[in-house]
Amino acid sequence: MVNPSNKRKFKILVVGTGLAGASAAASFGELGYEVEAFTFHDSPRRAHSIAAQGGINAAKNYQGDGDSVHRLFYDTVKGGDFRAREANVHRLAEVSVKIIDQMVAQGVPFAREYGGLLANRSFGGAQVSRTFYARGQTGQQLLIGAYQQLARQIGLGNVKLWNRIELVDVVTVDDKCAGIVTRDLMNGEVQSHAGHAVVLATGGYGNAFYLSTNAMACNVTAAWRAHRRGAAFANPSYTQIHPTCIPQADDFQSKLTLMSESLRNDGRIWVPKDADETRPVAQIPEDERDYYLERIYPSFGNLAPRDVSSRAAKRAVDAGQGVGPLKNGVYLDFAESINRLGLDTIVERYSNLFEMYERITGEDPRESPMRIYPASHYTMGGLWVDYELQTTIPGLFCIGEANFSDHGANRLGASALMQGLSDGYFVLPYTIAPYLSDLLNKPIPETTHEAFVTAEKEARDRFQGYLDIGGTKGPDHFHRELGRIIWDYCGMDRSQIGLEKALAEIPALHAEFKKDLRVTGSGSSLNQTLEKAARVDDFFELGILMCQDALTREESCGGHFRSEHQTDDGEALRNDDDFAHVTAWEWSGNPSEPIEHREKLEYEVVHFATRSYK
Amino acid sequence: MSNLSNINLKIWRQDGPDSQGRFETHQIPEISDEASFLEMLDILNERLIEEGKEAVVFDHDCREGICGTCSLMIDGQAHGPQRGTATCQLHMRQFDSGAEIVIEPWRASAFPIIKDLMVDRSPFDRIVEAGGYITAPTGGAPDANLIPIPKPVADASMDAAACIGCGACVAACPNGAASLFTGAKISHLNLLPQGQAERYKRTEAMVEEMDSHFGSCTNHGECEAACPKEISIDNIATMNADYARSKFKNRKALSR
Amino acid sequence: MAQTLSRGPVTGTALQANAAKRKPFLLDLYGTAVGKKYVMAITGLVGIGFVLSHMIGNLKAYLGVVTEGDERMYDIDVYGEFLRELLVPILPHGYTLWLLRLGLIGALVLHLHAAWSLTQLNRKARSVKYQSERDYQVANFASRSMRWTGLIVLTFIAWHLADLTWGWVNPDFVHGAVYRNLDASLSRVPVAILYIVANIALGIHLFHGTWSLFQSVGANNPRFNRWRKAAAAGVATVIVVGNVSFPIATLSGIIDFDPDAITCCVDQEGHSE
Repeated sequence: MVNPSNKRKFKILVVGTGLAGASAAASFGELGYEVEAFTFHDSPRRAHSIAAQGGINAAKNYQGDGDSVHRLFYDTVKGGDFRAREANVHRLAEVSVKIIDQMVAQGVPFAREYGGLLANRSFGGAQVSRTFYARGQTGQQLLIGAYQQLARQIGLGNVKLWNRIELVDVVTVDDKCAGIVTRDLMNGEVQSHAGHAVVLATGGYGNAFYLSTNAMACNVTAAWRAHRRGAAFANPSYTQIHPTCIPQADDFQSKLTLMSESLRNDGRIWVPKDADETRPVAQIPEDERDYYLERIYPSFGNLAPRDVSSRAAKRAVDAGQGVGPLKNGVYLDFAESINRLGLDTIVERYSNLFEMYERITGEDPRESPMRIYPASHYTMGGLWVDYELQTTIPGLFCIGEANFSDHGANRLGASALMQGLSDGYFVLPYTIAPYLSDLLNKPIPETTHEAFVTAEKEARDRFQGYLDIGGTKGPDHFHRELGRIIWDYCGMDRSQIGLEKALAEIPALHAEFKKDLRVTGSGSSLNQTLEKAARVDDFFELGILMCQDALTREESCGGHFRSEHQTDDGEALRNDDDFAHVTAWEWSGNPSEPIEHREKLEYEVVHFATRSYK
Repeated sequence: MSNLSNINLKIWRQDGPDSQGRFETHQIPEISDEASFLEMLDILNERLIEEGKEAVVFDHDCREGICGTCSLMIDGQAHGPQRGTATCQLHMRQFDSGAEIVIEPWRASAFPIIKDLMVDRSPFDRIVEAGGYITAPTGGAPDANLIPIPKPVADASMDAAACIGCGACVAACPNGAASLFTGAKISHLNLLPQGQAERYKRTEAMVEEMDSHFGSCTNHGECEAACPKEISIDNIATMNADYARSKFKNRKALSR
Repeated sequence: MAQTLSRGPVTGTALQANAAKRKPFLLDLYGTAVGKKYVMAITGLVGIGFVLSHMIGNLKAYLGVVTEGDERMYDIDVYGEFLRELLVPILPHGYTLWLLRLGLIGALVLHLHAAWSLTQLNRKARSVKYQSERDYQVANFASRSMRWTGLIVLTFIAWHLADLTWGWVNPDFVHGAVYRNLDASLSRVPVAILYIVANIALGIHLFHGTWSLFQSVGANNPRFNRWRKAAAAGVATVIVVGNVSFPIATLSGIIDFDPDAITCCVDQEGHSE
């Protein structure tokens, strides 16, 4: 513990101001620490937490349907395919109830029943209604709640906010984290910041796939730079493919848009039984439609967990039953619900999602079914952290999607917001204290320290390097190519042959990148091409580690599906004897030769079971 | 799916905050109508880079209409011609072949141009920092169901809270006023029971902060028309009412 | 007002404002644009009240001559005298009218000052204009021409006072002989046109002003909101139709001063008795 009057003697640097970062920075500020927060956006409110649509889970049992902390804990471990650390998940479930209290007190306008009490909806992977929501904009409302708490601390002078500034390196002195090096996006200035502890809340790496539901600027740079300085990277192959996104429409598409999973509460998923079906949707009779989720998984039906639904969609499309002009989607059909509940009810529940779908595709989901297809969405893997959310670099902490801790091999819907806020509000503000208390009244390295100076020079050289290549192709070109390799070989379906191919292709493409990249403009004024080039550079090295991890994990679990390891009817085949562990990779200096470490997963309460949603 | 041809772009280029800007014209010979507006700019930028020219700088991020990063004055309208739609969700099917499309940055003294089409909107953050929050330090919250909130109240608050802070209201306002942004934040918090304790302090502080950056509302209604979340100007009336009350109200008798 | 792009961390942004000393509350309110809009709205409402009652009072021109005992007088002249006699004997003759006039002058001055300072503020708020053409969606002619219609009305007020209150620009002016002065002034075609144009400008100004004042004072209730625009259109139409009718009626001879029709109350020098 750190005594209240001593807290102001500690400086904490929080990088990233999404749900986890903003809530952590605000809480540190309230506690009295000296806080500096960094965002590469113009404002903390832009972070991609804002795009979460469906909701946030909490074991409140407000619906009286038998929910409890234990059930949420169990569902999360099971949903993660028994690859999460039990203690972390239990803490998450315990804290979940406090999150809702906290957010309501801050003025988050959650949906309410007419009696004025909070409403809940059900979500994939659970048989209770425990998801709190604010229309289809839950992430937005929660982020704004956290942002407002952060804004209050900034206004009061407890937190210093740096905007449009990006982390470009993590600095260690004597094997402890001493601070960070940043680059000012507005003028290219590279600068060091020293602190007692550094918190990375920099989100996931789903953009490694190029096309994903992540925002355009989401990247792995902060986590990757920390990894290169000694932080272990855990389970990089655990990536989540979200089953309900709008299918790609053409080659130059820049990103995919997610349609909230909550749509699966009222939509039925189907494809025509006949792969050569050409009739318009309305003319396909009921008995020629394959409601494949309801058929294969009768007890969960359309609410089967994300990984299961995604693979089922992929199988249908691979079998040629896909729908839409490019035959790359499946139908999500509201006709039955509209008949049963009336159009008004359905529109009230999903109006903003329907409008968004119509804006993007030009089709009205009230009249014809939506077309959906899985897309990269969330990354369960991330920097390895201990129970106190500290990475393998002492003094460097990692929270939110950027760490690996709570979701195992697959994340349940409405759990990401829960984890981000849990880490930021209720876990890290306390678990950071033991580390800090040892540093009381001891000097910490200043930014004039040699390690900072060297790191700054390296960063300047690296950015100048991109400008100096003078090749022919912009960074987007390489990102697109890289994403294609990773999606094809390390996406929904992975095989040894494919992964080995990827492990050969990625370094080759990376070499081409280093030779043929062209970045126009200069390094001393705002240059989005240069920013992008640096991020893509880090995605290459991460991509190699993702494939390496996927290749090493000779089993199928959650979001990681190895085609060599499946049951006769195509379900994932887990191997608890050999792979009930976290794989934490250490940087060796050569991206292709990372050092593997294993953390055995010990289950005291939960017993291994085959995940079945049938 | 079909293609548009011969799109002429007239794009504002400006090297920095203090530089002289100018319009630059570019041709897009062919583009799919499935492309989003920003994807069209991506394609242009890739071409510019290949030609060795500097890419057009513009703010964007989530590309699903929720983060509020994107901006752009397109053909004289903030976020372009489609109502209730942010630039990132605008698609080329809204335009015709042969169209000339004029793209300008938001213009307001409080939003100085950083480069090309990118502006600095940080005065919005200053307004929120001044009072756009409910003081609820971590850990002290009572049970979430302790205070029932009537559904219409929660819904109205949510309507206002849907603001994405993109700045289109300021950009569209003939006076460069931020009343819709500020009004929406004030309504969001002032409508809720939790927001009552700080209601007048909040309103006073936020309005006065707003005043030091932006113009005044003369009730044109352009902001509401430009708002990608279609936030109502009723929120401005709510702000105005609460601001006057903040000056008159005996704050010691707030709970009566 | 313009922000510079200084770089560095942001912190303590609310401290200074929290510690700021406050002026007396009305001045404090007037210190912000929102407060000034209240002043615009309230003084505007005073103006609307005046214009409406002024128009209604003028309708008495259509009532022609009234007989009181042996005396025959134009009804509107009687009304004019009534206004001077208002609240007599609580206040002496003419005092009430002057108090009302002072109120109106005060309202006008405040309206002008607020309008002036808001215009300055708004100019500063967008020091560099859009370089391409704006495509306005809902801002209408009325809302966008408030400054111009306001200036027209202001100029007209000056002319109107010089014409029918002081008689400086009305060669036939007789103090207190309202009907006679009205006829003398509006029989001149250019003057009649001036009145018509000015009143249309006034109507446009009032249309936006009336609607806008509900917003400015925060009168907002979903039950009534859809009536706000209709009410504004109604008020503006009534005032324009009423006021424009006078020059038209004069030109077409409906209003026509006949010295023989009355026995009172103007002597040859034009002094009221």
